[in-house]
Amino acid sequence: MTYTTKKEPTFTKDAIALDDMILTKDSPTTAGSKMLEGYTSLFDATVAEKLSEDYEILGKVAVSEFALGMLADSAATALDEKEIKAVVGLDANGAYRRTAALTGKVFVKPTYGTVSRFGLIPVACSGDTVGVMADGADEAKEVLGVIAGHDDKDGTSLPQEVCAAALDAGTIKKIAVVKDFTANLSAEMTAKVDAAIEKAKAQGAEIIEVDGGVLSQAKLAWAILSSAEFCNNVSRYDGVKYGYRAKGCHSIEEIYVRSRSETFGSAVKSAILYGSHVLSTDNYDKMYDKALRVRRLVKAYFDELFTKVDAVLLPACSKTDLSATECVYEESKYTAPASITGLPVVVAAGVQWLGKPLADGALLAFSKQLA
Amino acid sequence: MEYEVVIGLEVHCELATNSKIFCACSAKYGAEANEHVCPACCGMPGMLPIVNKRVVDLGMTAGMMLNCHINRKTTFDKKNYYYPDLPAAYQTTQLFAPICVNGRVDIETSKGKKSVRIKQIHMEEDAGKLVHDDWRDLTMVDYNRTSVPLVEIVSQPDLSSAEEVVAYLERLRSLLRFAKVSDCRWEQGSMRCDVNLSVREKGSDKLGVRTEMKNMNSLAAITRAIEYETARHIDAIVNKTEELVQETRRWDDEKGKSFAMRTKETAGDYRYFPDPNVMPVVIDDTWYNRIKDSLPEFPEVKKARYMDELGLGDFDATSLVESRAFCDVFEAAYAECGLAKDAANWILKDCANLLNRNQMTADMLSIDGRALGKLIRLVADEKVGRANAKFILAEIFAGATDPEKIAVEKGFIVSNDTSLIEKVVVDIVAADPKSVADYKGGKEKAFMALFGKCMRELKGNCNPQVLRELLLKEIDKA
Repeated sequence: MTYTTKKEPTFTKDAIALDDMILTKDSPTTAGSKMLEGYTSLFDATVAEKLSEDYEILGKVAVSEFALGMLADSAATALDEKEIKAVVGLDANGAYRRTAALTGKVFVKPTYGTVSRFGLIPVACSGDTVGVMADGADEAKEVLGVIAGHDDKDGTSLPQEVCAAALDAGTIKKIAVVKDFTANLSAEMTAKVDAAIEKAKAQGAEIIEVDGGVLSQAKLAWAILSSAEFCNNVSRYDGVKYGYRAKGCHSIEEIYVRSRSETFGSAVKSAILYGSHVLSTDNYDKMYDKALRVRRLVKAYFDELFTKVDAVLLPACSKTDLSATECVYEESKYTAPASITGLPVVVAAGVQWLGKPLADGALLAFSKQLA
Repeated sequence: MEYEVVIGLEVHCELATNSKIFCACSAKYGAEANEHVCPACCGMPGMLPIVNKRVVDLGMTAGMMLNCHINRKTTFDKKNYYYPDLPAAYQTTQLFAPICVNGRVDIETSKGKKSVRIKQIHMEEDAGKLVHDDWRDLTMVDYNRTSVPLVEIVSQPDLSSAEEVVAYLERLRSLLRFAKVSDCRWEQGSMRCDVNLSVREKGSDKLGVRTEMKNMNSLAAITRAIEYETARHIDAIVNKTEELVQETRRWDDEKGKSFAMRTKETAGDYRYFPDPNVMPVVIDDTWYNRIKDSLPEFPEVKKARYMDELGLGDFDATSLVESRAFCDVFEAAYAECGLAKDAANWILKDCANLLNRNQMTADMLSIDGRALGKLIRLVADEKVGRANAKFILAEIFAGATDPEKIAVEKGFIVSNDTSLIEKVVVDIVAADPKSVADYKGGKEKAFMALFGKCMRELKGNCNPQVLRELLLKEIDKA
């Protein structure tokens, strides 16, 4: 299943698709996992509720299991093949950003807290962000305008006036390119980055080069934090209440072990093991707590940098011929800095443009000029 | 060699909130299984926790009653473990910045007064309940209790006997009930206790090997368990009957023995970490002062005031301060009628009777204290007879607020018209010459019979003193 069509478009409203991480009452939401095959939520996600007022939700695009995979290619395919304006989905581990960079789509990962996470199958709550993938910046901006806003059902949701302000246009004049991140790219990716820089310059932007400093630590720190949160979030799938239950079990332990073993794929199992490891009493201080410190340092790095520039250019991945079997952890070097800080990112012209908190509108306006 | 026992307690109390800690479900006890549940407290994906502010109010109140420092910025953490009564496979609790730290509870035992230090109080959610059906060989889960808010009160290992433990628990219960933090019902599981115990040579400053007995739910069982464990530890140390290990043990009150459940080595790792979905709760001065100002007088302060200022006796004062509800009704009634002794009597005798008859406890008295005060005033002013007043009290108990209105409607207002009483007295005396003769012959009881007949005829609406005088006069004439 790459794309489930719930109904044919009626063309009375624009059509959009959700990804399989966003819960709705009217159709199953499975997170791409055998564990949740056929699972239908008792409630709608806030984003689904908001979108259904303005759009016709045609269905859900498939995701890699719990969106941990390298790419979100079903979303890009759906945009190409179907008459839909956008795909709204969870940016958990950078898959949407990599895919948008490789397929020439626009993807906006909004500032953490401006779009409700209520009704999202949780992966790593401190970084989970609902984003929008579309063919152009205008469409992405329009759909983001519908889903952004305060939600009382999400305790980390920002106040309404703050959410609204994030959509205001602004200007991007000075852009930092982080040296450590533009080295060691494939030739094609280097060419993509160079072309993006030229496009920015053509719009009158000033480009400066900066050192990455602590930024290279974001990858490991985010792997620690996100695996820990992931491990915690998927513990609820235990075969007792809903989802898959292994047949013929004789004890509660057997229900737990077999239900989970028989459904979860290897990426999920690795993340669970790693997450448990970093949270164990012996490792908490030297791994988890240290990762929290690194997160603060990465935030401080950006705070300082954004006193000098309006945006930061980072590649979305190291090369253009990524395959689903390659190591996501290595590629997360490029996406982790925004995941761990919750900063807004727009992928356009094949690279990531990071902005300061609430610069979503400015980044979208800028990326429109690059098209 | 002399030995001493060192005990620390972890006490769980369910908070007296209407709704659960992170969702809007009812937190009330006693519903049908899985009646008070929603996707959030059933651990379904996609729900996010929203902190119930009332829980923080009560957490703070508990801390202030126990002389704690209140952390003005308090955070929630996740504790991971698998058990079918824990639907999300984690419990949201407080590890890194609990709401209260460093408190003190003063107790008194046969050995004298003592302060027990409180290490911390943290807020957390309760787990559900497993219901075993042996007949059908089934285990079912009831999630009503899931996410019901709790405070866990952790003492320092300052207790050194079962008697002290009981005194401490009773004191804790009294303070928390008084401040309406929790109803602290052992029998309903809204108060539970984990006992951490070790034994060491008397005077040593090194602690012995500690064992923990979880989920104890009666003072008698706790006492027996402590005595048993103390003896077991001493026996192990002195007679080398077994090697003590740090472990969790289950107390079987029927067998009078404790059994090993799990050792430190086999215990799961709870993998605590800060909950990213709950923002830190920041308690500003306004919030802090609102709670501070709402604290009740401590029971012993109230008792002293009732005795010194209102002139109550020790027994009445002690009985009243056993229940905050009694105190509240008493104070409202006293403010209305100004008659402390009468108000205490009406509450401790008549209201207590009504509670008993309705199988309610002292804490459940929820009548309008001002209405009771008005009723006491009516009786004191001899406007309503005592028997009729009891009838009116039953109405107040059922929710009525205006005793005078009831008295008028029911015709209970005592007549000042002596001619009516005289008429009744004349009739009764004329109709019962035998009793009159008996009384004159020295039978006191005969007078009471005549008196009672008159009272009945008057439906209780007369001043007994006036009736008595008129009746004596009439008998004399006869």
